[in-house]
Amino acid sequence: MNVIELIKVAFKSLTSNKLRSMLTMLGVIIGVAAVIMMIAISAGTEATISEAISGLGSNLLFITPAFERGGPQEGPANPRGGLVYSDVAAIRTQVSGVAGVSVEQQDSVTVKVGDTTINSVTMVGTTPDYTTVRNVQIGSGRFVNEQEVQYADKVVVLGSAIAQQLFPGTDPIGQSIYANNVNLTVIGVLAPKGLSAGTNFDNMIYVPINLVFRKFVPSQFARFLGDRVRTIFVSVDKNANMNDVILQISILLANRHNVSLDSPDFNINTQSDIIQTRESTTASFRSLLAWVAGVSLIVGGIGIMNIMLVSVTERTREIGLRQAVGATPGDIQIQFLSEALMLSLFGGIFGILAGVGGSMLFGSLSGMRTVIVPYSIALSFFSAALVGIFFGYIPAQKAAQLDPIEALRHE
Amino acid sequence: MERDILIETVDLKKVYGEGEGQVIALDGINLQIDNGEFVAIMGPSGSGKSTLMNILGCMDRPTEGKYILAGEDVSEYDRTDLAQIRGQFLGFVFQSYNLLPRMTALENVMMPMMYHRERRTTSEERLEKAVEVLQKVGLGERIDHLPSELSGGQQQRVAIARALINDPLVIFADEPTGNLDSRSGEELMELLDALHQSGKTIVMVTHDENIARHTERIIHILDGKLAYDRKNGHKPLGLVQSAPSEAGQTQAPDEVQISSEGEKS
Repeated sequence: MNVIELIKVAFKSLTSNKLRSMLTMLGVIIGVAAVIMMIAISAGTEATISEAISGLGSNLLFITPAFERGGPQEGPANPRGGLVYSDVAAIRTQVSGVAGVSVEQQDSVTVKVGDTTINSVTMVGTTPDYTTVRNVQIGSGRFVNEQEVQYADKVVVLGSAIAQQLFPGTDPIGQSIYANNVNLTVIGVLAPKGLSAGTNFDNMIYVPINLVFRKFVPSQFARFLGDRVRTIFVSVDKNANMNDVILQISILLANRHNVSLDSPDFNINTQSDIIQTRESTTASFRSLLAWVAGVSLIVGGIGIMNIMLVSVTERTREIGLRQAVGATPGDIQIQFLSEALMLSLFGGIFGILAGVGGSMLFGSLSGMRTVIVPYSIALSFFSAALVGIFFGYIPAQKAAQLDPIEALRHE
Repeated sequence: MERDILIETVDLKKVYGEGEGQVIALDGINLQIDNGEFVAIMGPSGSGKSTLMNILGCMDRPTEGKYILAGEDVSEYDRTDLAQIRGQFLGFVFQSYNLLPRMTALENVMMPMMYHRERRTTSEERLEKAVEVLQKVGLGERIDHLPSELSGGQQQRVAIARALINDPLVIFADEPTGNLDSRSGEELMELLDALHQSGKTIVMVTHDENIARHTERIIHILDGKLAYDRKNGHKPLGLVQSAPSEAGQTQAPDEVQISSEGEKS
């Protein structure tokens, strides 16, 4: 028998019991779909991370406050410590090898120009180094300067998309906008940057940080501790030693906050720390899917083996007859193996369709990015084939070992 | 004229089981069947005739002795070799037809050609040959029907066509009329007669004297031994070595006589 005949015979035998064949394939379908979705999700995560790296610039440090978490008896989080606004200036002036330091204080505001109103716009209060640190380009005009930050001047830089919405067809520079009824003068517009590391820079507006502290979100305990900030971004000079800079900042902040280096009230994270955190969150999800994929492929394989064993018993007479008219044990083995293989491969094809569809659906529902990788399709097809051969072997062997006389006598 | 021996067994023995429970199914069968003969193997159930048939049909191997088919000693062949011998040189007709139920008559007939390793055929060649053979057995129509849509006689004709498809040296028929009514049985025997007339060697197992009457030679097996071996209605052949049993000598010709009369009346 040649390959085409084998395929025809196997196909005929499987289609003669469609429901059973479909149910048998289900395990493989789920397994293959899980393989594809798993790879699509991890590829999507990797793409997001690599974009985050290019979007943030590679030599970035993140300094965050290390709050002691309050227990039920201890009340709310310990308010001592944390980062204050004056730390920013201290790092910039006292640490060598720093290209820029920026800080952000965000608020959600309603922006209004004439009849145009946009709700829930993210307003970022920041410092002049923001453009260096976050790697954003100015489209027209300029970014906020040192003096405007110091005096909390009512100036604003618009993201490109916001500028388009507020001032369609006109130059926004010099115009004024209202943010929560505070009148701001537009001094610049950013160049379009798009979505980067989960942040859409085009849909935000940028103001001097002190303006946010004074007019929008006063920081708590400002009177005692200075203006508290959540994250300080430090862009390290490309020629400087990253670890050296981290050590300098640690000593400086420890001194300023009057804490020991062993139990600092701040954390310094590098880009790679952030990547690791992101990866670990998706890693657990990926390993779960890998288990689902592996287990369903095995269960699917056992299902195939089970059905093939039933099929061998049901078709004992047919096997006997085929042997009588010249089928060798090898011929019989190949026939049943190809049926098992066909079951698993059809399961694989349906699984690929389900996996691709499921990845797209998952991507749009969860907001996580999914990327269909061609090799995942090849991999899942290969693993389906492997399952078919592995679990089809025993039934095929059983069929081949049947004695033609006994088989023909079988009722 | 030199005899053209197709099938020859030398002291053929088949033993099932071991020790106390040992059953001797065949106990030294010496047999020769010439090319072109039409032979009936008869005997009561348990006599070993089915075992003999299985060994002659290369479905089973003898425990002892030799089986020489077309000049080749096949007694020691393995399962794969025997399967190929069956596919290329032997044809089988069974009592219960054994057609594959999901295949049409035509597909059933074509099936053995796919297992023929020495003669590779395209599906067109197979189709052509199968139609030709089906016409030869008198089944030109209904060839696209499933076995369940055919009468018993028609199904057995399909089975004979399947047996003929690879141009076998010999056809083994195991109670071919056993599941048929007497009229279909007669028609089937006429078909086998015709095949024999055209030169086919046929070995048939039957317990029906009426059916055995169509053959030209009857071999009787009793307790694993050759009871007698005679030309149908003629004197026993000289090559029988074991002494014919008395029952065989007296009964069998009578039975033939009676059944012949019954047919005439």
